[in-house]
Amino acid sequence: MSLKTIKNTQQKERLFQSLLSASGVIILVLVIGVFITLLIQSMPAIIAHKFDFFSHTTWDPVSGQYGGLSFLVGTLLTAFLALLISIPFSLSIAIVLGEYLTEGWIALILKTAIDLLAGIPSVIYGFWGLFVLAPWIRNLEIKLGVLPYGVGILTASLILALMIIPYAASLGREVIRLVPAELKEASLSLGATRYETVRKIILPYAKSGISAGFLLSLGRALSETMAVTMVIGNSNLLPTSIFSLGNTMASVLANEFSEANGSIYISSLLEIGLLLFVVTTIISLIGRRIIKKMSVHQ
Amino acid sequence: MKKSSLKIRHAKNYLFIGIIGLCSILLMIPLILIFYQLITLGGKSINLTFLTQIPKSPGESGGGIYNAIVGTTLLVALASLVSIPLGILTGVYISEYQNSRLSGAVRTCVDILQGTPSIVIGIIVYTWVVRPMSQFSAISGGVALGIMMLPVIIKTTEETLGLIPMSLKEASLALGVPYYKTILKVVIPTGFSGILTGILLSISRVAGETAPLLFTAFGNAFLTYSIFKPISAIPLLIFNYATSPYEEWHQLAWGASLLVVGMILLLNLVAKGVTKR
Amino acid sequence: MTESVLRLDHFNFFIGENQILNDINLKFQRKKVTAIMGPSGCGKTSMIRCINRMNEWVKNARVEGEILFYGKNLFQMDPILLRRKIGMVFQRPNPFPTMSIFENVIAGYLLNGIKLSKTDKERIVEDSLRKAALWDEVKDGIHRKGTFLSGGQQQRLCIARALAMNPRLLLLDEPTSALDPKATSHIEELIIELKKTVTIVLVTHNIAQASRVSDFTAFLYLGELVEYGETTKMFTVPEDKRTEEYLTGKFG
Ligand SMILES: Nc1ncnc2c1ncn2[C@@H]1O[C@H](COP(=O)(O)OP(=O)(O)OP(=O)(O)O)[C@@H](O)[C@H]1O
Ligand SMILES: [Mg+2]
Repeated sequence: MSLKTIKNTQQKERLFQSLLSASGVIILVLVIGVFITLLIQSMPAIIAHKFDFFSHTTWDPVSGQYGGLSFLVGTLLTAFLALLISIPFSLSIAIVLGEYLTEGWIALILKTAIDLLAGIPSVIYGFWGLFVLAPWIRNLEIKLGVLPYGVGILTASLILALMIIPYAASLGREVIRLVPAELKEASLSLGATRYETVRKIILPYAKSGISAGFLLSLGRALSETMAVTMVIGNSNLLPTSIFSLGNTMASVLANEFSEANGSIYISSLLEIGLLLFVVTTIISLIGRRIIKKMSVHQ
Repeated sequence: MKKSSLKIRHAKNYLFIGIIGLCSILLMIPLILIFYQLITLGGKSINLTFLTQIPKSPGESGGGIYNAIVGTTLLVALASLVSIPLGILTGVYISEYQNSRLSGAVRTCVDILQGTPSIVIGIIVYTWVVRPMSQFSAISGGVALGIMMLPVIIKTTEETLGLIPMSLKEASLALGVPYYKTILKVVIPTGFSGILTGILLSISRVAGETAPLLFTAFGNAFLTYSIFKPISAIPLLIFNYATSPYEEWHQLAWGASLLVVGMILLLNLVAKGVTKR
Repeated sequence: MTESVLRLDHFNFFIGENQILNDINLKFQRKKVTAIMGPSGCGKTSMIRCINRMNEWVKNARVEGEILFYGKNLFQMDPILLRRKIGMVFQRPNPFPTMSIFENVIAGYLLNGIKLSKTDKERIVEDSLRKAALWDEVKDGIHRKGTFLSGGQQQRLCIARALAMNPRLLLLDEPTSALDPKATSHIEELIIELKKTVTIVLVTHNIAQASRVSDFTAFLYLGELVEYGETTKMFTVPEDKRTEEYLTGKFG
């Protein structure tokens, strides 16, 4: 092998290594770029309405009023309601699949069901919600004597709950599987029942990981766009009950961004985008950190 | 210990199994309802016309979603073009340079990107690509989907390479094979099925995405192959037609939904088959 | 006195804070087999990994002193060229799972992008497999994946892979620890045959094996070279008490 080919190899070696680091840098720049773009673009709005953006409820671009409180309330209301509805289901499935049925055909069916639910795109959840779920809710509303919109906060929360269950359930199942077998066996050998073992040994051990799963699924619910947009009714008024129409931060972006004209209008929408990005970033960083810590402890 | 308390403990045990079992089974109900709706309504509209023609004007029956099928294919191809090589290289980078500061930061960024709402990616790509070009386009839609594919590809690549035993890399290095060739010819081919799974999953993740396309690909009622023009996509079509007042369009939207869900499930199935191998 | 192919000169090896090898001075004679012995964890693997510069792929590893290969400090040579001249067989078999048996043998050429004619390939593969005493067992399924082989066969495949590059120095890290007695004796015959052409460093735990095949023996203990000399002499009248205890099975 000649000196020239060695040089050549060394050059390629260096080229390859810089290619690797360069692609890492691109990802870094991409994410920082997203943040900076949102920040710069929403500056006019931040300056224009100082910090009272989220303190009043009138959103009327025509008269130049940009109060985002109803979107914030709509987002938090739907997301937390969805989380609340989803918890019994996702926790049950996580325990069943993580502890009781680790193999066998029932586990396979359940797992497939979860995978199927996770694979359905959000626009189809919205479509189904609009045409199947909303009429049912309308009937319910008629029986209850409230305004029968069918769509609204409750419908959106139910659809969201359905969408986040598979996610929280599979994360939960994974952390429950991380619980060392010796701990479970020790508990059972001391005469504890399976239920007691789950409640006193497994759940406490997996607690942080399971909460991280709920946190991450909350993040999903906060940022979900299409399904919510289709079934929430798109009203800019502050929701007063779970049967009210509403809007979330994501749904108002989906509805108004392409029609927005005027720099303050666009900038106000981007401010909503910025808030959404910051909140989901914080949630996913905390959630990931907790899960990583749990699996490292293993 | 008293006998009665033992009985209560056993009862609690069974009650618990009953409750969690019931909750698990209850989840099947919406799943079955959704698929029932998809298959009965969607199945009716899927035929040759549906797959090969473009939509008719509202009110007329017939017509298909060919323009959206072309659009989704083109958008996914454009997205894959950049995000597959970039994603694999980044995955290799963070799995190879585990201790460097930069790679830690990159890993954090991948987590952030994975959690970023798709609508935010939509408005970002609008600001970065659509506004400078002053035109909605397939390119911008491809960029948006590409960004969404990246974290999945990066993570699966990193995880796959992490499972490859060190000894294999050493065997190659010990033969005097340069590092870059060791990565390209030994490490990546060994982890090929894992990386392929990641790519398939990332495609199945974006194939049904609507939000990032709203302000980028935008949608188009007509057929186009141009990457510089607004273009339709199956999920966009579903959204537009589902929220329209026309019965015929609802029909098309159900058919499109069944098609897209079928595609996604098929991709997932293939991905699983690839992993098993 | 025969010339030395390889010489360790005040060689120290550290991983992080730990000193793994401590001031090693050792010569390896040309076309001889040198056995490296010592209790588990004493640094045998570490030493031969350094000879192939595989230490560069260990985190926080650091070397001091020199290793001279034909008189040149090998840490100043190009690692890629060096590794092609020094073959290495690892403690655990590691055939490439994506390649067939055939491809595994010529992996060094394939991966380095060295072109071979079809007949050359076939000749090298057959030669190397014969030398590694594997040819008869695999010649009918040569295009099957190497990972289908048994552990012992995999190890011989790895030896064939190293031999295919025609190394001047062959480093064997307990090559027979995964083999049955018959395959072991094949490998031992092979080592004796090979030393006509290459210099061999053999790490082994097996005292009988060292006495059968090696000309010289180095005894390591806790990272230090305790004793070095002709095998026959060292095994009959060891100078150091620790060597004697090891050879008589008092520890290790
Ligand atoms: N990557 C590493 N990081 C930290 N310490 C290491 C590493 N590799 C080896 N060591 C340490 O170096 C010492 C020598 O290890 P080495 O593998 O060379 O022993 P050995 O003599 O080959 O043992 P064996 O007979 O069991 O193969 C051991 O104490 C080991 O713990
Ligand atoms: Mg060893």
